[in-house]
Formats: sequence, C-alpha cells, structure tokens
Amino acid sequence: MSALQNVSRRGFLRAGAAAASGLMIGFNLGTSGAIAATASPSKLNAFVHVGTDDLVTLFIHKAEMGQGTVTSLSMLLAEDLECDWKNVRTEFPGVSREYGGMQGVFGSASVRTSFDSLRKAGAAAREMLVQAAAQQWGVDPAKCRAQNNAVVNTATNARLSYGSLADAASKLAPPANPALKDPAQFRLIGKPLKRLDTPPKVDGSAQFGIDVRLPGMLYAVVARCPVFGGKVKSFNAAKAKAVAGVKQVVQISNGVAVVADNTWSAMQGRRVLEIQWDEGPVAAMSTPLLTRTFIEKMAQPGAVARKEGDAETALAGASKKIEASYQVPFLAHAPMEPLNCTADVTPDRCTVWASTQGQSAAKDIAVRVTGLKPEAVEVHTLYMGGGFGRRAAADYIGEAVEVSKAAGAPVKLTWSREDDLQQDFYRPASYTRFAGALDAEGWPAVLTGRVACPPFGGVRNGLSRVSVEGLADLQYAIPHMLVDYHAVEAGIPVSYWRSVGYSQNTFFAESFLDEMAAAGKKDPVEVRRRLLAKSPRLLGVLELVAAKSDWGKPLPSGRGRGVSLVNNIGSFTAQVAEVSVTGGKLRVHRVVCAVDCGRVVNPAVLEQQIQSGIAFGLAAALKGGITIDHGRVQQSNFHQYDVLRIDEMPVVEVHIVPSQNASGGIGEASTPGIAPAVCNAIFAATGKRIRQLPIRPEDLA
Amino acid sequence: MAAVRFTLNGKPQTVDVAPAMPLLWVLRDTLGLTGTKFGCGMSLCGACTVHLNGQPVRACVTPISSVAAKTVTTIEGLSPDRGNPVQMAWIQEDVPQCGYCQSGQIMTAAALLAKTANPTDADIDEAMRNNICRCGAYQSIRRAVHLAAELRGKGGAK
Repeated sequence: MSALQNVSRRGFLRAGAAAASGLMIGFNLGTSGAIAATASPSKLNAFVHVGTDDLVTLFIHKAEMGQGTVTSLSMLLAEDLECDWKNVRTEFPGVSREYGGMQGVFGSASVRTSFDSLRKAGAAAREMLVQAAAQQWGVDPAKCRAQNNAVVNTATNARLSYGSLADAASKLAPPANPALKDPAQFRLIGKPLKRLDTPPKVDGSAQFGIDVRLPGMLYAVVARCPVFGGKVKSFNAAKAKAVAGVKQVVQISNGVAVVADNTWSAMQGRRVLEIQWDEGPVAAMSTPLLTRTFIEKMAQPGAVARKEGDAETALAGASKKIEASYQVPFLAHAPMEPLNCTADVTPDRCTVWASTQGQSAAKDIAVRVTGLKPEAVEVHTLYMGGGFGRRAAADYIGEAVEVSKAAGAPVKLTWSREDDLQQDFYRPASYTRFAGALDAEGWPAVLTGRVACPPFGGVRNGLSRVSVEGLADLQYAIPHMLVDYHAVEAGIPVSYWRSVGYSQNTFFAESFLDEMAAAGKKDPVEVRRRLLAKSPRLLGVLELVAAKSDWGKPLPSGRGRGVSLVNNIGSFTAQVAEVSVTGGKLRVHRVVCAVDCGRVVNPAVLEQQIQSGIAFGLAAALKGGITIDHGRVQQSNFHQYDVLRIDEMPVVEVHIVPSQNASGGIGEASTPGIAPAVCNAIFAATGKRIRQLPIRPEDLA
Repeated sequence: MAAVRFTLNGKPQTVDVAPAMPLLWVLRDTLGLTGTKFGCGMSLCGACTVHLNGQPVRACVTPISSVAAKTVTTIEGLSPDRGNPVQMAWIQEDVPQCGYCQSGQIMTAAALLAKTANPTDADIDEAMRNNICRCGAYQSIRRAVHLAAELRGKGGAK
C-alpha cells in the first residue's frame, strides 16, 4: 500500500507550514477547533501524526458533508493505532498521490474503500511506536503491547507514552504487513461513538468553505446565461461599477463576474449589470416538449439493458396484462451551503479553499484554468454544508480560479440560492412505460420497462448505466424481463443526485411491482418474498422490516402501509411507510427501515444517514420539481422549490441486520425507497395509484 | 455610508456601511463573524437567524440601519463555552450532520425556549418549521429541543 510510505521530513514540514499559514489567516482545518501540534516532525505515515504532547492527529483524506466521514474514518484509524479516542484530532490534508488517485466523496464509498487500508495505516503506526519502545528498552517488540496511547513493557509494566516515542518512531521504516486486530477485540468499530465534528458545529466555529477569509480578499458573484449553454454576446458594466463597493467587472468563460469588497455589493452590482446573451439552441427546450419526446420514444424499442427469457412472446400470449407509465421531473440538489470557492491565483501559484466532494477534480480544474504545474496548485478541503452530488462537479471552483486570476487578488466567489437552483447539474427527468403479465396463479411472470431520459456519465451502445440502474439490476426472479432505454439529449445539465438512477428507477420498479401484486390479488410483501427466494440479503431486510412494521396488522380507515426494497451502493434496504390521507391531505406518520450494509463502523452515524436519506427522498416525492421553459429553470428559491420541514418529518425507525460482510455504503441507501413505500401506502389507504412525482393534491382527491 | 452603532454579543459595535446592507453580510464580510450562515437571501430558510433585542430575526433581510441602538446576539454570543442549554442538548443528541443550518436552528430554538419553557411538539413545529435542514436531522432537533427545555428547567441556563 503506497499510503504507508514514510513521508520525508521536508515533505511534512511543508505541509506543516501550510497548516501554520492557515492559522495565521484565522481559519483552521481541524475539526476540534485547534490546529494540532504539527511543528514536530513525527508523522508516522500519510494518515497519522503523533505530537510530543501526546495528541494524535488523523489526516482525513476524504471530505465531510454531513455523512460522518470524519468520525467513521477516524474510528478505523484509531482502532488499530490503540490511541486514546479523547486525544484524537483530525485534519483534512491536501490532494496527494499518497491518498490514491482520486480524492473525493461520492458513491457512498468512503468507508467501503477505506475499511482495510485505514486499519492497516493505524496498525503500521502502532507497530512503529512499539518498535521504538522496544529499542529504547532493549527488548523484543513481542514483549511490548500498545494500549491507550502508550506502549507497555509486558515484563516490567514500564510505560512509554506515544508522545515520547513519536520522534524515534517516525525515523523507522514502516512495516509492510502490520498485524490487524481480531474484530472481537474492537473497542471503537461498531460502537455508536459521538461525532467528532459536533462541538464546532454548535457554536459557529466550524469552518465551511463559505467561511474562509484571507487578507485582502475580494468577494464575487457571477452572472451566467439563464439559458443552459448560452454565451455572453456583449455587456455594459457602467451601472454595476457605479455601485458602492464594486471594484471590478470581469468576463470569464461562464459569464461576467462582479468583484466587490463584500458579497452584498457584488450582488447589487450584478443586479444592474447589462448583458446581451447569445442564448443558443437550448432556448427552445421546455418540460412539456421533453415529456412529448419521451412519450414518442415509447413507441420504439431502445437499447437493451436487461433481458431474461423471452418477454415479448410471453407478454403477447399472456391472459392477464398490466400496463402503466411513470414519470419524474428534474431535481435540484439545494445543499444548505450555497456553492462557493475561494481562490488565490498569483503568477506562479494557485491556492484553492473549497467545500468540495471532489478534491482531485478541484485540483485538476485549477491546473487547467491557470496553466500552472500540479505542484504549484494547492487545494484546502473545508466542511461542506451538504453536497448530495452537486459538489462532485468542479464548475464553481473553476469559476473562482478564473475570477481570482482576472482580478489579480484572492477572491471568494459565492453563488446565490437562485444561482444554485438555476445552474445545477440536475437529477434527470425520466419516463418509463411498463408492461407486465401474471401467471395462472397470479404471480408476476413478465416485466418489461422502457426508459427514456437524458443520460450522463457516458453512453455506450446506446446505454447509460446511471439511467437504468434500479431497473436493469432488479433481483426479482421474474422469468421474463426486458428493460430497454432511449437516451434523450435535452441540453439541460444532468449529473449525480443522492442515489443517482435509483432515485427514480426504484420508485418506478417498486411501484409497478405493487401494481402487479394488486392485479394478482397478492400481498405486496408476499410477492416480494416469493420473488427473492434466491436473494438472501434482500429477503433478510424484507423479513425484518415486515416484522418491525407490524405488516399485516389492521390499520384504521384512511391509513395504509407500503413496502419497498432496494439494493444499491453495496447495501440492502427495506422500508415500510405508514401514511394517512384525510380530506385529500397526505401525512407520512412512520417509516420503518431495515438495512443490511455489512460491517457497521458507527451505528449512530448509520441511523442519522438513514433518516437523512429518507428526508431527502421524501422532500422530492412530496414537493421536488424543476421545470424548464424557454431553456430556463422556472424555480428560483425555496418558495418555489420547497423541501421537507420539521412538521413533515415522519418518525423513522432503523433496524440493522448484524453482518460480517464487507461494508456497503450508507449515505444513499435509504433515499430511493421512500417514494415507492409512501406511494404504495397511499394505494393501500385510498386505492389511488401515484405514477408521477411530486405527488399532487389532485392525485389524492 | 453612515455609521451604525449597536450592541453585538454584549459589546458596543460601530460599522460604517451602506444603510441598506443586510445585517447578515455586515456580520460575515465586514465583521468576520461567520457563524451566521447565508442560505437563501429571502428569509426562506432560517440559516441566518440571530436575535435582535431577544427576538429571532432573519439577518439576510434585516438592513443594518434597522439595527441601530439595538442588541444583536449571534451564535458566537450565545455562550462563551457551548454552555447554553440548547448547545448542550445539541451536543448530547449529536444533532448536526453537515451542520450548516445549525446556527440558525439553535438560535431559533433558544428564542423559543425563552418564550415557552416547556414546548410541546406542536410548539416546536410552529417555531422551527421555517428553519430548513436538508440533512433532515429533524428527529434529533425535536429531541434536542425537549432536552434543552429539561436542562434549562434544571438550572442549566447561564
């Protein structure tokens, strides 16, 4: 593992100097409100620094957007390091090959991809500390044991603190294959430890990207073409420059930036900036036009994404057929912290401070924009006020770098909420037409689904994986299945949105399966149980959720339960929602969620993420919708793009399947299943089938 | 430009900025108090909630001129040591996820408890429903408000 190379003293001192300069300008990267004592060169590897003051600093190479990565990854490092959890500090390091080729947080992958490597890094540091103690005592390392931030001589009970050993240990060669603890001895992994980032998040001291302040810094906003893909034809900056506080107006590749001595003045300047746009071809796009295009595509076969048996023949000969079409709109991410980035570009250096899900991508775009060598570009990671996939894109980082370069000063670029909602990379709008059939006993025998939506992430042989995931990989043992796909380019930017293709396709698939169950007069859980006989982990969460949700117990009139299942990001999740519809008003009362995500690092963080994913998916199901007219987004702020509020949050109960399987992801596990669970519950309560999101009052009346 | 004098977190403060400049940007950009967050700019999300003469207000739509001679408390001024019962409860319940909205949530909750010592769930809904949390930490927020009420009742208030 390359991460276990001992870093050079010079390399470390350079990193230490960067941290020190951070301190001088009044921010710190530490989550605990203080820079660790990085002046001593006792960095044992890329992930572990032990100070002579006994403080242990763990370098978190990922980023924190609320998903608990700082805490979970620290637990993985600290477990085998045998350090004192109370002495742990964390820092976000820069972008470095030591941390693998691609630093970033997406795909709910941090724990999944770090479980073994971080334990190994902690274990290697521990063995170096043990070896240093053994040398000092002149004994066999086997006679020494690491325990609670110290090494103990098992023969004499003498004790040397980690702090006293750190300098000697840092000069030793790291072991190639350090011994890992027996999981039965875990004292951290699997425990519901408190989050390390909570204290600074209750007193305003946590440093988000938007909180960075540099000496001489200017503040910028950018005017971008309201039509996607449009360009600046010409602009007149006179009125903007007349606004008090406005310093400069500069054109960048994506629009025109107003640079001022505070954010508000920059926004005032942008209001009166006169720009002529070349709107380009997307100006003709609208949501009704896109929907018509989707529907036209339904008449023709698409690229085949999944084929089992002979669905077309089986469907033609079936006596009991069910057909239905489903659709969902574009969705914005709307993280609470609007996008922002601070950049300081000089002729020979570029420094970026950003709340980003893609640290490597941030560095790459800064290198591209400045033309500097990678070693002249530095990226500082700060807390993200939410990401949900939006901060995996580096567009806003490139903008800040361009503006700083053009302005010749450090610049903090801030997006307004309007910018955020109108210049997103959206969850694609999507349309699916299903046709299914039942066998003589009323069990699902044929399932066909034809999908049309804008693709992203590459189209190969007519297929976009992210457009059909959740349908193409269904585990139900239905003898005849066919899923095909039409890529419909709309000119609207689309990308990753928490749980990606599952966010719409699980709604489609789990709702239509319920339609087939109803057509065959079967219980929705019973149908799934039968079709999952060979999928033990999905069956496991289904049985658990059915038991915990009182499935089958009678409910008062107007109430109903609905079930859904999903297997994404290496995890298996089942949900049962309990809803009521009274006088046309929907209320989601309770959601029971069973999850099997393999080994669990922190069950408290897991529970938070399940609740969070449900709130995110429920907001979209009840309210979310971005619509396009003349190539422009019609929603501008939270009054038109509403999200879930405290009085709409159901009680969420989380049940974990104990497992020693490899860890799956958790941040996106519960988002896909909430919409179908709620809509299936609405059907159970009212007999009304919801086939379009967001749920409209007229669908319930 | 005109000098505006007010009390900020217990200390006299003077700023010389445009009278229409919102308190939010005076706090964040002029004074460097970044605990109060920008979320929407239209009083729609609650991330910028501060106390003005003890009442919760949205700093993003509060012109600095309207603050003259008044008292402003931000998250930084709520307690010197995270010792306000709301902060203590937030820590005990491990409420924050991304944490960005939490300054506003905490300021709104503190104002609620100052008025209603033992809020019901309905009181919490009414007071907190305009504070958006995209992480959906609402269950923890509700538990923490109840716990803060309890801590306050036991004399945890400072």
